[in-house]
Formats: sequence, C-alpha cells, structure tokens
Amino acid sequence: MTAAATFSVRPATSAGAEPRGPKPRRLSIGRFGVYAFLVVSALFFLVPLYIMVVTSLKGMPEIRLGHLFNLPAEVTFQPWVDAWLHACTGRDCNGLSPGFLNSVKITVPSVVISIVCASINGYALSFWPYKGANLLFGLLVFGAFVPYQVVIYPLIIGLSSVGLFATLPGIIIVHTIFGMPILTLLFRNFYAALPVELFKAARVDGAGFWRVFFHIMLPMSVPVTIVAVILQVTGIWNDFLFGVVFAGRSNWPMTVQLNNIVNTTTGVREYNVNMAATILTAAVPLAIYFISGRWFVRGITAGSVKG
Amino acid sequence: MQKSWTRRLNLIAIIGTLPMILVAVGVFVIGVGFSVLWSFTSSKLFPSYDFVGLAQYRRLWSDGRWLISVDNIWLFGLLSIGFNMVFGYLLAVFMDQRIRNEDLFRSVFLYPFAMSLIVTGLVWQWALDPNLGLQQAMRNFGWQGFSFAPLVDSRTALYGLVVASIWQGSGVTMAILLAGLRGVDEEIWKAARVDGIPAWRTHLFIVAPMMKGAFATAFVLQCVSVVRVYDLVIAMTGGGPGIATTMPAVYVIQLITVRQNVGQGMAAATMMLLPILVVIAAMGLLRWRRSRAGRVAA
Repeated sequence: MTAAATFSVRPATSAGAEPRGPKPRRLSIGRFGVYAFLVVSALFFLVPLYIMVVTSLKGMPEIRLGHLFNLPAEVTFQPWVDAWLHACTGRDCNGLSPGFLNSVKITVPSVVISIVCASINGYALSFWPYKGANLLFGLLVFGAFVPYQVVIYPLIIGLSSVGLFATLPGIIIVHTIFGMPILTLLFRNFYAALPVELFKAARVDGAGFWRVFFHIMLPMSVPVTIVAVILQVTGIWNDFLFGVVFAGRSNWPMTVQLNNIVNTTTGVREYNVNMAATILTAAVPLAIYFISGRWFVRGITAGSVKG
Repeated sequence: MQKSWTRRLNLIAIIGTLPMILVAVGVFVIGVGFSVLWSFTSSKLFPSYDFVGLAQYRRLWSDGRWLISVDNIWLFGLLSIGFNMVFGYLLAVFMDQRIRNEDLFRSVFLYPFAMSLIVTGLVWQWALDPNLGLQQAMRNFGWQGFSFAPLVDSRTALYGLVVASIWQGSGVTMAILLAGLRGVDEEIWKAARVDGIPAWRTHLFIVAPMMKGAFATAFVLQCVSVVRVYDLVIAMTGGGPGIATTMPAVYVIQLITVRQNVGQGMAAATMMLLPILVVIAAMGLLRWRRSRAGRVAA
C-alpha cells in the first residue's frame, strides 16, 4: 500500500521537481544507458510472448524451417481451432475446451468460499479475538510457508476417508485450505487498520458479531476484496499440482490438460497447436493482469507484507 | 453478567472462524504431524503404523535420486535467487530514474508472473528447442557457431530452468524493491547530493541498507517459491534428461503416487520442512530479541 501512497504525492511532471536519482539531463549518456538497459530487459521479457504468438499462427512446414523469430509467411488460425477442440491427450481428442470448463468449475466456487472464510477470519481476529485466536493465526501463517509436499499425503488420506478425493468438492476444499493463510493475513491487516471507534459505535447500538460484519465491515471491504479476488483467481487458475493430485481425471483443470497435450510422447509434435494451447491457458490470468493493473501489484506486495 | 455476555459472543466468533480452526489445527498441525509420524514407519501405498525408526531416512540419504535432487535444489536456488535479486534490484533502480512510460515497463516486467509456471515451462521448452528454437534461429541468421540448447544436456539442463525462473520471477522482486525505494525519505537523496556522494554509492551504501524490509520480503518470497518448484520442472524438463533436473518437490510426489513408497516420501517431505522450520525459528528469535531490547530501552 505504501507504493500507491507515494505515487500520489509525487509530482506529475518531472522537469522542475526534486529529482530522486541522478539529475535527468536530456540525451546524456547516462540517460541513454538507463533506457537501453530497460529496453533490453523488456525485450528479454517480451520475446517469449512474441514467439508464442507467431509460432501459433504458422503452419508446421514453416515451423520446421527453424526461423523462430520470423513473422508467419502465411497466417493460419487452424492451430487455435485445433488447440481448443481437437488436440489430443492420450486417446481423448477434445482439445482444451473441457479443461477450460473444469478450470471455471474449480476456480469460481474456490474463490468465493475462500474469500468468505478469510474475511470472517480477518474480522474475528481484528475485533473479536478470543483466547488462543492469535496462536491459531500464527499456525495459519506458518502454513503459508510449509512446502505443499508435507501436507499433500495426509490430505489425500483425509479426503478419501470422507469420499471426496478426486472429486470437484475435494479440489475446492484443497484450494480453500491453501488460500486461507495469505487471504486471512490480507483481511486481518485490512480490518486492523480500520478505526476501532466504528466498531465500538456499532456495538453500543447493540449490533452483534454478524450484524457488525454484514452492515459495517462488508460494505467497506471492497478494495481488499478486489485484491483478494485477483490473487485467488490467478492463483487457482494457474495451479497445476493440486489439480493433478486432487481433482481426479474427469475434473482436470486447464493447466493439467495443457501439460498433457504438449508433453505427450505419442504422435508428431505440433508446435503451433501447443503454443496456441499455451496462450489459451494463459489468457484468463493475463486478461485479469492487464485489466487490474496496479491492483495486481498491490496484491503481491500486500500479501507479502508481514502483519 | 458482563462476563457471560462476552463469552457468549466469543462463542459466535469461534463458530465463525471454525474453518480457520479446522485448517490451522487439522491441516497445519495434525496433517504435518502425521507426515512426520509416517516418515518413521514402513508405509507403502497406504499408511501403516509399523515403526522402523530412522530406516526411511537412511534409505533416503542413500538414494541417488534424492541426493541429486538435493544438489539440484541448492544450485537452482542459489542461482535463481541470486540472479533474481540482482536483476530485480537493477530493474527497480533503473525504473526509479523518472523514466517515461513507467507503467508500460512495469507491465512488461511483471506479466510473466501472472501466468502459470506450466505456461512458463512450455514456452521456454519451445524457445530452447535444440532443432527449431533459439539455437537454430541464430544459426539461420548466419551465426553458425551459436550454441545454446541447455535442456537436452543433463549437465546444463538446470541452467535452462534458472533462465525460465528468472524470466518468471524477477518482475516481482522489481515491484517489491521499487516500493521499498519509493518509501525511502527524499531528504536522504538531497543530503547525499549535498555531500557530493555519487548516486551509485548512495544507492548501495545508504539507500539499500534502508530497504532491508523490502529485500527480506522479496528474498523470503523467492525462497518459498524455490522450495516449492514443481510445475516448472514438470512442464519444462519432466525432471530429465534422465533424472538430471529432479527436485525434492518432484521426488516426494513421485514416491507417493508412482513409486508407492509413502514412508520414504514422508521422510523426504520432512527433510523439506526442516529448513523452513529453521528459518521460522530464527525469525521468531530475532523478533523476540528485538521486542526485549525495545522493552529494556523503554
């Protein structure tokens, strides 16, 4: 949040204001060096995206010539159609579309449930701390650092004992569990920063736990909820490990199907279809990233700041 | 009267946070506890309670596959965190020079982080393809001697993973460090300039030490993602060529699912937990000492 605050106090024009780094002299060698470094770095970040896009628009004969960086001589959208509808994983040749649907079915409930849980947690921790609440919170934050491999097997055993292993509800529970530490931290920090008078006034008026939450806290939680949604949608959409272990074959998310399509050992490798499939899988989080802009950055930095 | 009132309300708070209680205790205490417990048993596909002491750990540390994954995680972690921090810091410093189109550059540096590590792995697998990728493209441009195809050689495949990990993660380091840079008081810069200290020295010796918090945050974030590295390996190399790029996270999953050797898998998982516990204990100790020092001063 500090980033956003300092941006607004910085003057919009740089010409006459106090310079932060070395004085910006137009066209000096130093200035040129700054931009050269940034542009070369930007190229490093952009080239993979570029080759993804151009490869997905080429035909296989053209790809076999090995001109990775050339623009397509003849643009074809067939790879995109194939990636969406016909690409094969083993014997199934339905493309990525079932995976897309699965990812939606996993992501939407997981995001809603995990945010509802975390907002109540954060609210209770900030305003209704009961004995041991902070110890629980400490354990939860510890959970944010635990390698997934340490808890995966107990979770498999636990979920199969109640018949939820390899089911849609099972993977939703798993995402809720692993989203909880960082989201609870996020909401707790947000509520803890609110003026406590607000809470006291509502209490004097006789409002209880849920009334204060629904009538006072929730309407004020829009910004933190946006950050949480961005964090969770991108995180869950991009997940691979939980999907492959907990979702079950019929619910495999898009990332798992993408990996199966590309890294399949049978048949000829169709690089153009693979790259189209890769872009399709990245499309949802990328769209969120470009639409949300600064909010995304805020999510990363807010989630990582210790409370 | 007052007391029973608050106690009743606290009961509501406890009910409201029941999911948190279940997750914190049920998963992160009992779950972790069971993992550690099973590491002392001879569990195969299903958990058993036939305790065998440290036998699983002895077998683990004599398994070549595990030894390679431990070597790999150290080398990968060192290189990827090192380059990430240096590159991310440089990007942040250069971004802080009142440049034009700052938002555009920021978007470019950060977008890989928004995508799945599976996507990152597949893109770089394609870019580094020995026959049709970067190497061939450069040769076709006329640079016949150009050779860069790390993924097909078991001695260099790990460096391919490092490149992809830098591509994916250094934007985040940049964003965190830039926020740290912007949090430093303007007066520091003015004072340093008045004293005639060159900008790079101000950065390295005055401003950087003031951004300890931002550095620590970025570093911890990197460490957590290195320990967890799984998706990237699966997508980019599948642990190969051979077992050259296998990692502890991959090893544990393989033992649970494919090789059905839960006891040894849990021993490996416990070994992954150890460094995290050490770091958390060190952080706790540091905080405790600081709070005690604060109390003494007050």
